[in-house]
Amino acid sequence: MGKLEHIQTLTKHVGRVWNVAWHPKGEHLASCGEDKTIRIWAKEGSKWVCKAILTDGHKRTIREIAWSPCGNYLASASFDATTSIWDKRSGEFECNTTLEGHENEVKGVAWSRSGQFMATCSRDKSVWVWEVADDDEYECAAVLNAHTQDVKKVVWHPCEDLLASASYDNTIKLFREDKSDNDWICVATLESHDSTVWSISFDKTGSHLVSGSDDKTVKIWKEYKPDNSDGIPTIGNESTWKCVCTLSGYHTRTVYDVNWCKLTGLIATACGDDIVRIFKEEENDDPNAPTYTLVNSAEKSHGQDVNCVTWNPKIPGLLASCSDDGEIKLWNFVE
Amino acid sequence: MELENVNPNIYSKIDDRLITLEEEDDDVEDEFDAREIFDLIRGITDPEHPLTLEELHVLEESLIEVDNKDNIVKVLYTPTIPHCSMATLIGLSIRVKLLRCLPARFKVTVEINPGTHVSENSVNKQLADKERVAAALENVHLIKVINQCISTK
Repeated sequence: MGKLEHIQTLTKHVGRVWNVAWHPKGEHLASCGEDKTIRIWAKEGSKWVCKAILTDGHKRTIREIAWSPCGNYLASASFDATTSIWDKRSGEFECNTTLEGHENEVKGVAWSRSGQFMATCSRDKSVWVWEVADDDEYECAAVLNAHTQDVKKVVWHPCEDLLASASYDNTIKLFREDKSDNDWICVATLESHDSTVWSISFDKTGSHLVSGSDDKTVKIWKEYKPDNSDGIPTIGNESTWKCVCTLSGYHTRTVYDVNWCKLTGLIATACGDDIVRIFKEEENDDPNAPTYTLVNSAEKSHGQDVNCVTWNPKIPGLLASCSDDGEIKLWNFVE
Repeated sequence: MELENVNPNIYSKIDDRLITLEEEDDDVEDEFDAREIFDLIRGITDPEHPLTLEELHVLEESLIEVDNKDNIVKVLYTPTIPHCSMATLIGLSIRVKLLRCLPARFKVTVEINPGTHVSENSVNKQLADKERVAAALENVHLIKVINQCISTK
């Protein structure tokens, strides 16, 4: 049994905090929420303090933020239907680019591993892929209308330019570029959840995906490549993604976020029952039917719904979470 | 605008709550009960009629559940007609009123009384989606309508 040790609570936001995101170097944390501001936090001595407040970027709630892989840019997605790009190369954060195109609330934003692409998703049911040119130009490479309801979250594969999206239509979809005609196509639809899929996260290698849903379950999906030794059928050159594990009976309300640690392999979940849970895969389990166990005691982590959990990319066990109660909490998971 | 339900049934209001001596005693902790929740929302008005949700029997005390231990409040409401296009707006008004009145510890669920609306599942799903609710509440036009409905007479 492990333990989630509370390190510090960061209280500066007014109202609901929707999202927290670690800088790729792990030394800065960005947060955003209902108060339409972005805060940048860093460690001073032994304490985390607010280093910068980015205001005037958005007219409505800021739903999600994402650092570019190079760490020089921060993208913010807002209910005001725009996505802003903040440039910190000068030392100060400057908002030089605002991307328009979505009809209404932008709910998610994510950069591809290569930094060549960025994706956004919206209540308008579409996913947009933006191609990032060298001179800070962002061109719309594709508008993907595969989902039938609003799209809650987009994430990129950790190594390839493969995009995954989660939706209110209860499905997860995977997209990639068809190199023959530069068209982005939907290559897989993952169906198994009974309600809105709020969040998804790839594991370190990108061969597994975890999803969290309003149906109170967390599911693990495994990639089966063409000609796999397990005899799972595939179509054409595309992989088949299969749900190999469903974690039910743990979460008592909606699962709002899931995050797979690239360092430790631990999965953290954020739930509407105010609890942050940590799951670990059993050793020597069957890869086609893996077993994940809850490894922390399910105690109240926040005063209200937990909206987001994210593992630090450099320091194993360091976790950030945020809540409707306006607080951000830092935790250290020890086994 | 044409009214969907021109001639709704109107029911009488229930009497005011009788305050017991124990409730007046500050040393006794009064937990939330269904009647208290009902009193908070019974005065919300229908977007179509100058009538309250109590008078239209959209809200009834018997369809409210309170669990003080687990901090759960569940309200079922009954649209006046099964294809009422205002069902989502009415549900949203109930949700907003409770959001503003109740302590944040409560998890509030507002759903349609099963079997009383043709789009029951889709309305329930929308009302349960806090992101959609949050976005709706930032909509200046919509919040104006909701504020009108919940400004108790």
